[in-house]
Amino acid sequence: MIEERSLSQIDAIREALSQEMERDDRVLVLGLGVDDPKAILGSTRGLAERFGSERVMDTPLSEDCMTGACIGMAMAGLRPVHIHIRVDFLMLAMNQIVNVAAKSMYMSGGQQPVPLVVRAIIGRSWGQGAQHSQALHSMFMHVPGLKVVAPSTPLDAKAALTYAIRDDNPIIFIEHRMLHGFTGAVPSGEVLRGPGSCRVLRRGGDLTLVGISYMVPECLRAAEWLSTVGIECEVLDPVWLSPLDVEGINASVAKTGRLLVADNAWLECGASAEIVAGACEALGSTRRLAVGRVGFAATPCPTTPALEAVFYASAASIASEAFRLVKGELPERGCDLDMPREVREFRGPF
Amino acid sequence: MTTDIRQVYRRLYLIRRVEETIVDIYPTDKVKSPVHLSLGQEAVAAGVCSALRPEDVVFGSYRGHASYLAKGGNLNAMMAELFGKATGCTKGRGGSMHLADARAGVMPTSAIVGSTIANAAGYAFGLRRLGTDAVVVSFFGDGATEEGVFSEALNFAALKRLPVLFVCENNSYAIHTHVSRRQSAQRLVERVRTYGIAASRVADADVLRIATEAQECVQALREGRGPRFLECATYRLREHVGPGEDWDLGYRSRDEALPWIQSDQVTRLGEMLEPRERAALEAAVEGEITAAVAFAEESPFPAASDLQNDVFA
Ligand SMILES: Cc1ncc(C[n+]2csc(CCOP(=O)(O)OP(=O)(O)O)c2C)c(N)n1
Ligand SMILES: [Mg+2]
Repeated sequence: MIEERSLSQIDAIREALSQEMERDDRVLVLGLGVDDPKAILGSTRGLAERFGSERVMDTPLSEDCMTGACIGMAMAGLRPVHIHIRVDFLMLAMNQIVNVAAKSMYMSGGQQPVPLVVRAIIGRSWGQGAQHSQALHSMFMHVPGLKVVAPSTPLDAKAALTYAIRDDNPIIFIEHRMLHGFTGAVPSGEVLRGPGSCRVLRRGGDLTLVGISYMVPECLRAAEWLSTVGIECEVLDPVWLSPLDVEGINASVAKTGRLLVADNAWLECGASAEIVAGACEALGSTRRLAVGRVGFAATPCPTTPALEAVFYASAASIASEAFRLVKGELPERGCDLDMPREVREFRGPF
Repeated sequence: MTTDIRQVYRRLYLIRRVEETIVDIYPTDKVKSPVHLSLGQEAVAAGVCSALRPEDVVFGSYRGHASYLAKGGNLNAMMAELFGKATGCTKGRGGSMHLADARAGVMPTSAIVGSTIANAAGYAFGLRRLGTDAVVVSFFGDGATEEGVFSEALNFAALKRLPVLFVCENNSYAIHTHVSRRQSAQRLVERVRTYGIAASRVADADVLRIATEAQECVQALREGRGPRFLECATYRLREHVGPGEDWDLGYRSRDEALPWIQSDQVTRLGEMLEPRERAALEAAVEGEITAAVAFAEESPFPAASDLQNDVFA
């Protein structure tokens, strides 16, 4: 029997890790601080006690080498989950991820898969600044051979992580710090969710609103407000960014004729551009489309709250842009949507 | 060069009191920035920077308050930066982790561990090409020595005989992980010597010894005798990030801190000064800090339109 309970995303992630480690003793978890008192914001708490220090392993500060070592472990038959408390730190591991992990299977003529999961967390708020708040998922989407997933709900976090651990490919698992505290129903037993399964979170005929990662709850808040002014949105969460469920997204866009993508990232060459291009390529010759995107300002992330507030997209900027796409002009009286509570109240830990 | 104890004490006391002031202010939420305090570690930056001239430069890290202040970074601009104000040293864009003051020779810091070690080597190359005898100091933690860039930068600096002093502030921890759980052999100085770099270690944080060692190193750099390495053992008294203590977390014990508290260099040097001189010096520093906090409080936040400035030169 599958029991459903409410779990936070962080607990859902920990449950996926512990269930997969229980099921398969080739699975191991490593990264800076995985067994320390803060346990990667709680997501690895108790695992070292349960599975031992060989399977839950703190590492030296050596992202490049440890990523390469994980690839070697994966080649040898283990199934490593390499954890980074900031996605920014993956920049030190780009050679191993992009030049080695992503290409090993192909370059070896199918001999050498790399079953590796890289968990990387996006930071936000309290002045974490330009090197601790980046969202770089589109860089990984660019590279054939890598799969990229950015779940927004606790259920999808558990299901996608379980899938990722069992999959034989290198997978970049993107988490957002602000989503960790969100709760939702999660089955206690096995759940899996792979690519090709975008979620429709709200039905509506006026506009397709695609949210990525932390922009999903912001899109839902925007859709709520838009509904009060007579605009009904269909809100989608792609969950997997690569491979992307283009057909699932386009099925909605074909119906609404309007697409707004809210990414928790820069727009330039980003996931949002990919999603809009996918819709235009498939539908642009058969019907008129109105498209738009919102995301980070095209600047590094500043630390002062005065500038952070204008750097980020939010439910308010999403709602305004959606209104414009539907009505052809911005809402006259703006839209009275606050900064979300989790952002306002965030005080660390980091 | 003899060490001016007054100057060293001024630096020590300034760093100590600025950090304590931040601890006091933090609960008001006016400092909306993760702070990696140097409380307990003041002697390293204070000692090393006492050997420098204004035209020399330092590269530090996210734990950069001490090197910023010791090198003469502007205190008002630092405090305003912590408050996120437009008058901050990076106009509210960098916060505590990215203090910089080009006029004082404080280069931009990085929150990516190890990255500035290579930048320091390159800067030293630049200085030499430009024909000055200014030198570069690179401050980093024990954890940073595990990154590949550390070894690579040592090799490059030794190969090109660059005027850079590498200073490892070894506080034995990277966040909550003790160095013995991260490094198989803790013989950093020996390791560095294999690159052909003269290296020494100060094991007890004696600020005057650090100052003397640094003077000797800097002299060698100015004479073109190649890079130097100085390891300074030290101890962080607060949590890795944030204003609090963290003895309750269980990864280290208060007992471990006792010898460091007993040999506290701020106390020690203060006692070496003549009481009236000491009181005057401390009063002056207190006045500067009070003024800096007032400056930060009164300064405006940046305007929203400032977001787009400075993305490109
Ligand atoms: C490349 C990179 N990896 C991981 C981190 C996370 N992190 C921040 S500080 C730190 C510990 C660094 O320890 P050390 O170099 O000894 O400096 P300390 O904080 O003790 O001064 C770590 C792991 C980071 N900022 N950058
Ligand atoms: Mg350290």
